[in-house]
Order: sequence, then structure tokens, then C-alpha cells
Amino acid sequence: MAAMLDKLVRYFSLPGVQRAFPAGVLIALCSSLLGVTLVLKRFSFIGDGLSHVAFGAMAIATVLKLSNNIPLVLAITIICAILLLRTGQNARIKGDAAVAMISVGALAMGYLIMNLAPKSSIRTGTLASDVCTTLFGSTSILTLTRTDVILCAVLSLVVVAAFVVFYNKIFSVTFDESFAKATGTRTGLYNLIISVIVAVIIVLAMNLVGSLLISALIIFPALSAMRVFKSFRSVTVCSAVLSVICAVIGLLVSILAGTPVGSTIVAADIVAFAGFSAAGAIIRGIKK
Amino acid sequence: MALLTCRDLSLGYDGREIVSGLNFEINSGDYLCIVGENGSGKSTLMKTILGLETPLGGEIVFGDGLKQTEIGYLPQQTLVQRDFPASVREIVLSGCSGRAGLRPFYSRDDKRRAAENMERMDISDLASRCYRELSGGQQQRVLLARALCATGKMLLLDEPVSGLDPRVTAEMYNLIRSLNRDDGITVIMISHDVDEAISYATRVLHIGKDVFFGTREEYLGSEAGFLYGKGSDSHGGDA
Ligand SMILES: Nc1ncnc2c1ncn2[C@@H]1O[C@H](COP(=O)(O)OP(=O)(O)O)[C@@H](O)[C@H]1O
Ligand SMILES: [Mg+2]
Repeated sequence: MAAMLDKLVRYFSLPGVQRAFPAGVLIALCSSLLGVTLVLKRFSFIGDGLSHVAFGAMAIATVLKLSNNIPLVLAITIICAILLLRTGQNARIKGDAAVAMISVGALAMGYLIMNLAPKSSIRTGTLASDVCTTLFGSTSILTLTRTDVILCAVLSLVVVAAFVVFYNKIFSVTFDESFAKATGTRTGLYNLIISVIVAVIIVLAMNLVGSLLISALIIFPALSAMRVFKSFRSVTVCSAVLSVICAVIGLLVSILAGTPVGSTIVAADIVAFAGFSAAGAIIRGIKK
Repeated sequence: MALLTCRDLSLGYDGREIVSGLNFEINSGDYLCIVGENGSGKSTLMKTILGLETPLGGEIVFGDGLKQTEIGYLPQQTLVQRDFPASVREIVLSGCSGRAGLRPFYSRDDKRRAAENMERMDISDLASRCYRELSGGQQQRVLLARALCATGKMLLLDEPVSGLDPRVTAEMYNLIRSLNRDDGITVIMISHDVDEAISYATRVLHIGKDVFFGTREEYLGSEAGFLYGKGSDSHGGDA
């Protein structure tokens, strides 16, 4: 026990960890906010596709040797989110097909670009380990540059603020878009806002858990909360709290045990999901 | 001037026509029942009136100061919301979303309105309950309360009693009639069971191969009414 504490204290005296920890927790908080919307609306597929887009954009940024990648990745992902929303509304190309095309395309191009680039342009380690970091977030949040970490924290706060302001509209548009539109809610505008928020969340989540695990970070807390809670507000609050707790546990465990940050956090989310499923089943059993 | 006038309206999707030559008008306080076979375009007509679909031809004119967004809507039941975690209060309140405009939060006035409409639909005691755990009849009352939050003038109801048992169906029809009679709300309702539904209606619109629009008495005497009434009697099985 003393040895573990000692190790934690040593880690937390590193400035990188001091920055990364709060940033990671903020990212986990904001990624869980749109979970219900993503699970229950067609946005779920868009979310998955966009995570691949973010990976492709990250590859481009890596090859360009930018001093910080986030602005470029963010811009590309937001543009793709808006394009995907447009094609989803346009019946000519089926929305799902468009998403599949863009996401697989971005994944392939991203890997290709990383391979084509001369070895020297890859910042750290071998190509394989670099791809691995981008996909699974091996150590990412702990190794991000100072500017990137601050940018992540600021973006997270912006997402939380936007979510609070548009909370009621997000509920209306997600619960029943036709009714909302028929009674004068500007669904086009709010769909656009939701897409942009999703894009920002995806880029943030990629920095915490890597691009392949983004959906898990976004969706698991919401699914867990939905097992136990019944109103939109309680589900939202519960998934936010749960996501933060899992992120803290995941980060601590990964530091102590030397496991990859992303998969450790997601593992904590999965354990929580199992616990909430059991709790939900018990509550339903008692009611009957 | 009529509250709503449809002139030579034709409806469809992607340029493919489903119904054409719809001509009718509705005055304030009317109770219009829309009947017709499955797939004849009843829901499409409603969505077009609400501005969710664009008409292929003709025009819809709103009068008496009614705006298109001031119509309350009770959609045909879909499976989409089956898993949605939402309390009754949250759903009813979302009926005020349109009137709130760009204002992000609900005002005290909106909340009072939601509470009043829950009281009116007799669902106040369900306010914190989860929508998906309610019975079919209770769910329809919740959606009706939400629609009332969006309007005081006109309600569009798409098959409000489908899937409800006979007792709850009768309650629902009584509720709708009292909204029309006592609160003066204009009602346009789509229904499947002609005999019961049109007994309260002041006007009937039949959509199908031949379109009919007129009073209930005229409809019952007309050929369309005769044939369709007969058709709906054979639901039991022997055609
Ligand atoms: N979104 C849509 N796109 C294309 N065709 C549709 C769409 N919705 C309904 N239809 C078609 O339009 C016709 C009328 O549908 P609808 O208005 O729902 O009928 P009703 O409500 O009278 O049963 C049906 O043949 C249906 O298949
Ligand atoms: Mg229909």
C-alpha cells in the first residue's frame, strides 16, 4: 500500500500528470453528456464514422509535423460532421452508406498517409507504435503537449456550457423531431449544433482513449445510467458522474499498473455497466 | 375566413403522387374526421399541413391568424421512443419548446402551462413517472398534454386510439370531444374505425380512390361512406 502511494505521489509530482489528470476528467465528463442522444438517434452511426475521420485527420497532422494537432483535427472533423448531417437529410445517398464510405475511407487513407511519410517525420517511436497510440490511446493523454492539454480542458468546458444552454432543445429534438419541427422548434439549427458538439467530443475523446475506443467512452455511461434511471435529467446526471468516476479510476489504475490509459478507462466503464445492469434487474425484480 | 383551406392539393413523396385534388376548408371550432384505407395518404396529409412534407401541387392557406407552427400534433405511434428515458413532466414541457423560440430555458409561464395541461389530462399524479412504463392510454394522454402545450387553437391527431382497448378508446374520444366542445379547440383526427370516430365529427374527409368532403350526415348517405362503412364491418374475418 505504501509503495503504491509512493508511486502515485511520484507521478503526481510530474507536471505532465498534474495537467493531464484534470484534463482527462473533464473530457470524460463532456463525452458522456450526449450519450443518450447518440444511442437513441441516428447520430450513433455518425459518431462511429466521425471517430475514423478524426483518426485520418490525426494522421495528416502527424505527417505535417504540426506542433499541435488538435486545431487541424478539430476543423476536419467538424466539417465532416456537417457534411454527414447534410447527406443524412438528402435522400439521394442513404445516410448510412455515406457514413460507411467516409469512415472506412478515412481509416484507410490515414493508415496509408502514416506509411508513406518518411520515418523521420513521425515524432515518437516506430510507425506501428504511433498508429497504435492513435487507435488505442496507449499513453496519449499523459504525453500530450502542454498547449494540447490546455486546449482540451478549455474545449471540454465549452462543450459542457453548450450542453447546459441547449439541454431543453436537445431533449425536444432527440425525443421527437417531427413534433418539435411541426411546432416551430428550429430543428435544422439544433441538429447542426448537436453535430458540431459531437465532433468536438469525438476529438476530445480521441485524446483520452484513442480513436477506436471513442464510442465506448461516449456510450457506456449512458447505457449504464439508463438501466437504473428513468428520466432524461437523471440519466444525464448519472452518466456524467459515472463517466468521471470511471475516468479517475482508470487513470489511477493505469498509472499504478502501467496499463494503457484508454483501455483501462473503458474497462472501468464496462465493470460499471455490469454493476448497473445487475442493479437494474434487482430493482425491477423488487417492483414485481 | 376559414382557419385552414386546402386548394387542389396533391400529396406524395419524391414527385410520386399519392392523392390529388384535395379541396376542403375548416372553420374554427370544427371537428374533422379523416378516414380512408391504410396507405391512402392520411398521415401524409397531416404532415403536409404541419409543414413536415411539401405538397406536390396546390396550396394550404391558414386564416384567422393561425400560424402553421401553432398547431398541436399527436403523431401516429412509432417505436422510436420506446427506449427513451424521459419522465412525463419532461415530455409535456417539451411541448413548449417551439413557443420558447431561441430562448434556451423554459419560463415560469411554460411550466405553469405544462402543469395545467397535465391537470387537464388527469395525469398530474404521473408527472415523475417514466413514459415508457405507462399504459398505452396513459401514454396518449401524455402526448395530448404535450400537444396542448403547443396550441390553444388546433389539434391534429393521427390515429389517437390505435392499440387501445374499447374502454380506454371511449375515454379518449370523450376527452377529445370535450376539448373541441368545451375549450373550442378545432380538431382534425385521423381514424381507422369509422363508425365510432365519426359519431362526434362535424365534418368528414374520405381519402382514397374517390375523395369525399362534407358533413357527417352527407358522408353517411354517400356512396363512399356506404362502401367504406361496409368494408370496416368485415374486420371480423368473413369478407
Ligand atoms: N417517407 C416516405 N417516403 C416515401 N413514401 C412514403 C413515406 N411515408 C409514407 N409513404 C407512402 O405513402 C403512402 C401513404 O402513406 P400514409 O400517409 O402513411 O398512409 P395512411 O396514414 O393513410 O395509412 C403509402 O403508400 C406509404 O408507403
Ligand atoms: Mg397513417
